[in-house]
Parts: sequence; structure tokens; C-alpha cells
Amino acid sequence: MNPSQDEKERIGVYVCHCGSNIAGVVDVEDVAVWAGDKLADEGVVVSRDYKFMCSSLGQEMIEQDIAEQGLTRVVVAACSPHLHEKTFRGACARAGLNPYLSELVSIREQVSWVHTDKQKATAKAKAMIAGGVERVIEQEALEPLKVPIHPATLVVGGGIAGIQAALEIAESGSLVYLVEREPSIGGHMAQFDKTFPTLDCAACILTPKMVDAGSHPNIELYTWSEVERVDGSVGNFTVTIKKKPRYVNEELCTGCGICVEKCTRNVIDGEFEAGLGYRKAIYTPFPQAVPKYPVLDTENCTYFEKGKCKACQLLCPTGAIDFEQTEQYITVTVGNIILATGFDLFDARRVPQYGYGRLKNVFTSLEFERLSNAAGPTNGEIVLRDGVTKPESVGIIHCVGSRDRNYNNYCSVICCMQSLKFAHLVKERTGATVYNFYIDMRTAYKDYDEFYQHVMEEGTIFVRGRVAEVTDAARRSGEEDKLIIQVEDTLAGRQRRIPVDMVVLSAGLEPRRDAKQVAHTFGISCSANGWFIEKHPKLDPIATMTEGVYIAGCVQGPKDIPSSVAQGAAAAARVISRINKGEIELEPIRATVDAHKCSGCRICNDLCPFNAIVWHEDEMVTEINHALCQGCGTCVAACPAGAISGTGFSNEQVMSQIEGLLMFEQPVDLLAMAV
Amino acid sequence: MSEQFEPVIIGFTCNWCSYRAADMAGTARIKYPPNVRLVRLMCSGRLDPTFVLKALSNGADGVLITGCHPGECHYLEQNYKALRRYHLLRRTLIGFGIEPERVKLVWASAAEGVQLAKQIAGFVDEIRALGPLAWSMPSKQQLVAEPSVMEEVPA
Amino acid sequence: MSKYLFYPGCSLQRSARPYLDSLVAIKDDLDIELLEIDDWNCCGATEYISVARLPAYALNGRNLALAANQSNGTSTVVAPCSACYLNLAKTDRYMRIDPDLNASVNDALAAGGLHYDPGTVTVRHLLDIIYHQIGIEAIKRKVVRPLTGLRVAPYYGCMIVRPDYENRFGSPEYPDVLDQVLRALGATVVDFPVKTHCCGGHMTQISPPVAYELIRRLIYAADSYQADILATLCPMCQLNLDAYQDDMNKHFATDYSVPIVYFTQLMGLAFGHEPQELGLGKEMVDPRPALAKVGVAVEGMVSAETTSTKRHSQRRRKDDPSLPMPQPLIKEEDAS
Repeated sequence: MNPSQDEKERIGVYVCHCGSNIAGVVDVEDVAVWAGDKLADEGVVVSRDYKFMCSSLGQEMIEQDIAEQGLTRVVVAACSPHLHEKTFRGACARAGLNPYLSELVSIREQVSWVHTDKQKATAKAKAMIAGGVERVIEQEALEPLKVPIHPATLVVGGGIAGIQAALEIAESGSLVYLVEREPSIGGHMAQFDKTFPTLDCAACILTPKMVDAGSHPNIELYTWSEVERVDGSVGNFTVTIKKKPRYVNEELCTGCGICVEKCTRNVIDGEFEAGLGYRKAIYTPFPQAVPKYPVLDTENCTYFEKGKCKACQLLCPTGAIDFEQTEQYITVTVGNIILATGFDLFDARRVPQYGYGRLKNVFTSLEFERLSNAAGPTNGEIVLRDGVTKPESVGIIHCVGSRDRNYNNYCSVICCMQSLKFAHLVKERTGATVYNFYIDMRTAYKDYDEFYQHVMEEGTIFVRGRVAEVTDAARRSGEEDKLIIQVEDTLAGRQRRIPVDMVVLSAGLEPRRDAKQVAHTFGISCSANGWFIEKHPKLDPIATMTEGVYIAGCVQGPKDIPSSVAQGAAAAARVISRINKGEIELEPIRATVDAHKCSGCRICNDLCPFNAIVWHEDEMVTEINHALCQGCGTCVAACPAGAISGTGFSNEQVMSQIEGLLMFEQPVDLLAMAV
Repeated sequence: MSEQFEPVIIGFTCNWCSYRAADMAGTARIKYPPNVRLVRLMCSGRLDPTFVLKALSNGADGVLITGCHPGECHYLEQNYKALRRYHLLRRTLIGFGIEPERVKLVWASAAEGVQLAKQIAGFVDEIRALGPLAWSMPSKQQLVAEPSVMEEVPA
Repeated sequence: MSKYLFYPGCSLQRSARPYLDSLVAIKDDLDIELLEIDDWNCCGATEYISVARLPAYALNGRNLALAANQSNGTSTVVAPCSACYLNLAKTDRYMRIDPDLNASVNDALAAGGLHYDPGTVTVRHLLDIIYHQIGIEAIKRKVVRPLTGLRVAPYYGCMIVRPDYENRFGSPEYPDVLDQVLRALGATVVDFPVKTHCCGGHMTQISPPVAYELIRRLIYAADSYQADILATLCPMCQLNLDAYQDDMNKHFATDYSVPIVYFTQLMGLAFGHEPQELGLGKEMVDPRPALAKVGVAVEGMVSAETTSTKRHSQRRRKDDPSLPMPQPLIKEEDAS
């Protein structure tokens, strides 16, 4: 089909208005006319502008022109290729033109949205289209690379998002490896008492799912484990899982709990009980833990400290305690990966003026969850830190560590609803006076605002203002032995001092402390805040820029339980569709060595981090293994003989694009000056 | 007042971080001067230094090279190779009599739309201060019009 | 030995003489040399900047220019007084970020044959130098008379921490470096909730009832935390809390008695200096009962309070229903 080299390409140029998104700044009609005129010598035979090129009518226009005008190349000037490259390639393919013979020039993201001067923006759009036209001439017809998809999936993180994803995939009949860092799956949700706005008990709705995940024949559960290393790429990842020693033989353990009962060491449970309760040195984090096997905390174990005790080992009826256990490394192969590693709670001690860690009766939201939880350290009694006294007044402070330029600028999404839930629980269980200190109330989503109305009707007092400090420094009578909340009431327009017995800090959500490291392990990126970046904020919130790696739940940004569940299910659906298809088409961007041109200098040999470059000593030439090559092009740039070519980004393509971008510049002409 | 000099700058971006930062600047409607025209590569490691020389010889007054932050390369470590080449390239430019400040390397993650826009604006000011490069070779159009000069220009 | 340019300020010449005496007494222990800036002038205290901006900055600009000229191998100016520190640091910073101000101040300085390029010297408060340059470990090594059993309220006042651009004192809202210094001396440092609140400043001259209320809040908080003594690092704070404590008591019909001393005086005591050498005994509120406690500790008994640092090692009674407190936050720089 391709015309011979000396025959000129027949190029179509299509300039999109994108409603007023582009046309508001760029004179698109002028650009289209200009391209048809000035770029005719380059081979442009059709040049049109249209309201929405991505609409079916826009695409049909391209298809029709390919058929009727015999176009051999297509340039669309519209939005970012990351958004619609596929769309226009599809149009070309439908009309019988190899999809890689098209080029999308981003005059929206790179011109109309970032510039204001219409004249200059229009000129820039023209230069960019010239660049695109020059580049597209050098484009080659390519076939996508087809990669088979291994049917197993890795899900990292056993919170509600990860559990949901794992169950969906397992139910579809494919194998899932579910890796969880803590001794049990369940995540943060397992720590909660009630869930807003319906107030159903978190354990009642979560535990069945945990049990399902733990017993599903298609789910291999690795708790107390972490992903150590990921190699390979979509379709065929090799994942190394580190299984930390539990010191309990899972084959022998029946989960009877005698070891826990007999252990003599009581330690503060900083994880599941959020520091508010105690556990033993050998423990299961909570009664419904999945799996049921306990784990031994060597840092606090008398045997590991002093070399004697062994009470658990002596009393275990099945001889399951094994002090000699060591780390195990398991390697699995998967086609896709879902990351659902969740969030960390903002450390409220970082706001010293709110007194957490200094003032006894200041609690964090997670502590309050445990305090109000019937299975928690106080059996659900809402009491002060002395463990006995019921508060008569409680202040709940929103946005601790969120919406604050000193800590995190973003809104943590769940805190308003969570604080309302707390207010309701305090009212219901203690009858105390409750104050909520908020900046703005954010109760979006189904039934949320109704819950807010309900809590208001119950008599919770809402004070709009940022709390300045929580102090025990009494100033006037009525403040003695109380915590005083100093706040500017912005509705009343005055400073207030409100004495209360208990303060709950609705701490924000933060990315996991090791989010950057995890992102690096899986080859994806974090936003400036540390949340993992989705492929598209609206249209693809569960995929990442790395093929085969998906994200679900709070790892992508703060969100509530329904949204986390929805994302877990959505990520699973994507993976299932990939598995069902059996293979994936990848961009055919790979480097190739022309053995005839290769001089055997070996400059490229050390440049590939994927070990795709192979040196053939006998023939003195280098070869590139396409299965390993990821297409970065570093070796292409390095080859002094020009023997390596990179499909999709060849020297000719880039050089021509540069020429095109600059071809209508009128630089100072040195030749003319020399004359 | 005379019209101020508007430099033409070619910017190279990597597909994963800096091109996305440019996309992000767009979606966030962050404004920067229109003097920069971007070329997408898969990685800053793909940047053949001759691309830079090509841009300068075809009339660009400056070249901005952008890539992922060190340690965040989509291809693990190829941006370090871009960094090495960048240093060598600057020395080469001095040899050509070109101010090395005309070529600049900046890192921008996919989240750093604001930062990239700021870097672009700053670089445009820097190049404006340096003035036109005036290092152009005959453009393709001139070559077409006057084929005789083509033979004098190395391919 | 580290050398610093020293800006004593007016207060240390008169009302805050004990601050100067105690600093001079301990400077050898701290292994520092203080080179007083020759011919320095008043910093303008707290009022001048609000009254006349340019002369106020010029006043400080002159001190900075003198300091820059007399550098003697150091470019750090130490000011023990919070107001002096703030004024000098503010002038340097504002001259740096405001070219117009820089030009005007230098115009004024030119009349006296001086010139100052902002950024030439670094202005730091004495506490900042002691904490960051000398360090807690070095202080601990010098302690020969630990202040064991002495309950001290650490009082920073409002001027050194707001704004605290360089984060030199821990946190603008709840600083802790003075706490750490006092703890290194063996003292029991109370969690003083009003540590950065205002002492009243010059309100004692303008509206005494306002000043009395501000003083009362501080003294009341120190008293309710059973502090034996309150340690300050600012001449203004010391004067207000000490000299006006009696008037405040009369005003509110209370009978608080919280002695107010400089933290350098407590350092001197811990380093083994005699009270007279440190200027102790010139206070209005008698510090002797408080200091007697240290004397007792010195002569005999009580070993230094040991706090177990081991995690999760708390023993608790079987029937104790109380809930555990969170662990204190270990900051990254402390952990290293």
C-alpha cells in the first residue's frame, strides 16, 4: 500500500476546536487554511477544522478522506496523545490505513490551555502542526506487539479495596496472590466500629469478606509478607514475596490461642489498637483475624530478649511454635498487579498546639474508633484516658493535618463524615455535649448530607473555625481541670474558649510512609503529596502509566469505604478482561540493531538497565532482545554508527519534527549576512 | 519602545514524567510563555545530542531538556545517562562558540505542572537575556528553493 | 573555641545585668568567645518599627554594618535579647527581600560612611547557638551540679519563635529546644502550655490591667504545673513577670510566688558556678526556696531521675483500667 519513496505522501491535517477549549485561544480556521496552503509542498492535500474531532462525525471525516482522497498520512491537532491517540489511530485503522501513520499534535494542553495571547498561540499551533506533518512523513507502518497475559494476579494490600479486588478476580476463576504486610487482612476498616452514614458495624460487613478471601480456593494469602522485588512487565511479572517469620508453623497451628493466653508479656498495641490497648508478645491482632495464626513479636518476646521463657512453645498442644523460623522468599509469576496499600493516619503529634501526646484526654480519630468499638480496650465505653470517667463534653476537631499548608494542602475526604459519626456515637452513648469544629462541612455523596442534618438535630454544636490551640492552661472559672479549645468562631465573628473533657482530633489521611519506595518497586509514580498517580484523573482512575499495574483505594488518594470498594472492583474488572483476552497489544516501540552497520564498538552494551542488549562475540555485533527491550531509546541515542534504530521515535522522525517546528522561523540568516 | 526579542525554544520531554507535567500544566490552566515547542521522546535517555544541535542550527535560540527526577526514571536510570550527555554537550557547545546556558536540563515529575511552567518561563527569560543565537543553517525551505547550497551542508 | 560577634543590647547593661553576668560566667564552659560589636547602638526595642519604619531599620542596619566590618573571622552575630534578635534578623531579612528598603537603609548608612549588604552576617539568638552549635551532649558533659528535682517552666516568649523561618526552635507553635537544654541540666521540665504566650510587653506602661491579665495567665499556669521556677531567655519577659508579679497579685488579690530567672543562670548553677557570680539574688520574687531544692539535691540523696526509654516496657497493675498514652514524637533529626 505504501507509496514508493520518491512519491510524495498524501497528508490530511485536522484541526480540532474542542468546543471553545482550543478555538477560544487558537484561530483554528486560520490554522486549517494555513496548513492547506503552506504545507501543500510537504504533501498536505486535505486540511480541515471541526468542532470535535474525537466525536464519531469527526472520526468519520478522517475515515472518509482516507477512502476518498487516498490519504497516506494523518495529522490531528487536538488534545494530548495520552488522551486521544488511540481514538484517531482507530479511525485510521478502520479506513485501512496503518494506525501508526498518524500523529496527534497537542494544541490544547500545550497551546490553548497554557497561553493567552491569541496571535502567538495561533503561530505556535501552526509551528507544531508543521512539526507533526514533517514527523508523520517519516512514520513507518507498524504492528502492535502482542504479549500473552499470565492468568494469575498479584494484589498488594489486604484492606477492603484489596480484598474486594482479590475476591472479584478469584470468583472469575483466576488465581490471585494476596499479599498483606500485617499479620491479618482487614486493613483500617477492621479497626472501625461503625461505618457512616448507615452506622452498620464495620466488623459485621467486613468479616465475611475476610473469611471469603481467606478460604477462597483461588486466593493464595500471604500475610506478614511484603513484596521485595518485581521484574518483567505486563503479562509476565516475576514477583518476589518476602514472608517474614511468624515463629508459628502454619501447618501445625490450629489457632487455638493457648500461646497467646499463656504469654506473660503485655505490650502496648501500637498497630491494631492504635496504641490504646494492650496485646501479648505473641498475638493475633484481633479475634476475627484472617488467617487465625498468631505472630510472635521478637522485639518484646522474653525468649528473644533473655534466651529463656518458651512458655508458648511448651504449652502449644500441636508443637507449632518454631523459634528457628527465618524469612522465606517466594517467587510467583503474574500477568497483572493491583496495588491497594492504603494510607497512614496523619501523626497528630506533629501539631503540638493540639496537645496530642501531651494532654491526656486528647485522642486521635483512630483511637476514638477503638474506644467506641465494642471489641476495643474499653468494650465500647467512651471514657477518658483514666479508663473510668465518662466525658460530659467532647470537642471534635476537623482537618487536623489536612487543608493546612503546614502539613497537607489536600482535603482528606472522610474526616467530616467521620467526625459526624463520632458526634453521634458520643451523644448516643454518653449524652455529653458535643462540639464539632470545622472549616467547611463536606458531606457529598448519597445519604451523607442527611446524616449531617440528623446529627445537627441531635443537638451537636457546630463551630465554624480553625482551632488555635487545645490547652489545659485555665484562665477563668469553669476552665479548671478541663481542656480548653481556643477557636475563632468565624460565624459569630469572635474568639471563643470552650472547655471540654475530651478532644478528638480528626486526623487526615497520608500516603504510606514508604509510598515512594513502593512506587519505585512497581515502577509507577507518586504525586507531590505521595499518592500514586492514576493514568487519567477522570477516565482511568484505576490504571497507572505502567501497563499491567493498577491502583485501588486510598493509595490513589483519600477516599471512603464505598469508593475504595468500587475501585477495587473496577481494577479487578480491568484485570479480568485482560485475562479473558489472553493477550495485550503494546506499543511497538523497540530498538533494533542493523547488524551490517554495527561496528562492534560496544558503547551501547552497558546502557540497558533491562539487559536487553546482547553482545555476540563471534560475529562482533550487538543484538537487542525485543522481549526485554522497553523502548526507552537510550542505546539508539548512543550509537555512533547510527546502527540502532528505535521504532516510533527514529532519528528521522525526531529530526524531521524539529525541522518542521522551526521551518517557518525567520532567523538571522548567516549566509545572507556573509554575502 | 522597541519590541522585545521573542526567542524560539525547542523542548524535549520524556513520555512518562515531563510530558505529563506539560499535560498537567494544561489541565490546570497554568500559563507560561508560548516560546517553547515541545518534542516528545520516550525517555530523556533517548535524547541524542545531535537533536539539540539540529534544533540550534535550524533556528532555535535555546533548548530545554526535561526528564523524570533522578531515581524516578520510568526506565530505572536512563535519565542519569541524559545527565552525563548533557554535561558533555555543554562543553561541546563552548567549543562551537555557543553559550552553554542556551541548553538547560530540568527535572519534572508527572505531578509538577506548576514547576515545569515556572522553569519554562524562567528559561525563556534567560534566553531572552542572551539574545538571538543567529547560528542557523539554511532551512529546508531555503534548500528546496536553492538546491545548490545543499551540497555544502554536511548531511 | 568558636567565635561569635556579640550584640548585648541595652537591657543587658542595666535591668538584665544578671543575664550578661551569667552568660559571661558560662562562656568558658561552653567554649565560646564573644566579640562585642564595637560602638553598637540600641535596636529600637519593640516600638520603633511600628512608629517609624525606615529609621528603625536604619538603626539596626548600622549594627549589622558594624558587625560586618568587624567580622574577625566570624559572620554570626549572637543576640541574647529576644527583641534585639528579632529586630536585627528582621532587618537583615527585609533588606534582602525588599530592594527599595535596602537602598533606603544604605542611603541612610552612607551618611555615616557605612554600607551593609544583607546576608553578610547571620543573626542568631543565644539559645539557638547553645542548642545547635554547642549541643545537648556538650552541655550534659559540663553538668557537675545537676538540677535534680527542680521543676522548671520553660518560657520562650513570643518573639523568637514567630516567625521562625529557619525552624531553629523546634516548632513555632510549641517549641522544645529550651526544654531540652533544661532537661540536660537535670531539671524536671514541666509541659508549660503557655510557653509562647505574650508576657505583656510594654502593656505595663500603656494599660496595666491588660498586662496584669497576661502576666497572671503565665504565672497561674506555672503555678498549676507546680513549677518551682520559671526560666526565661528574654529581658522583657523577665522584667514583666518578676517586677510586676507583686502588682499583679494585688490586682487580682492572689498570692503567687514564682521566681523568674534566666536559663543561663540555671546553666551556670548546673555547671557549678556560685549564685553571686551568676547575678542571682537581684530578683524581686525570691528564688531562694526554689534554689534550696537544688542545694539539697547537690548535698545528698536523690539520684537523677531515670526515664526508661525502652519501648513497651511499661508495667501496669492488673486492675488498672487506664488507657496508655501515645509515645512522644521522635523527630527525624533527633533520631539520627
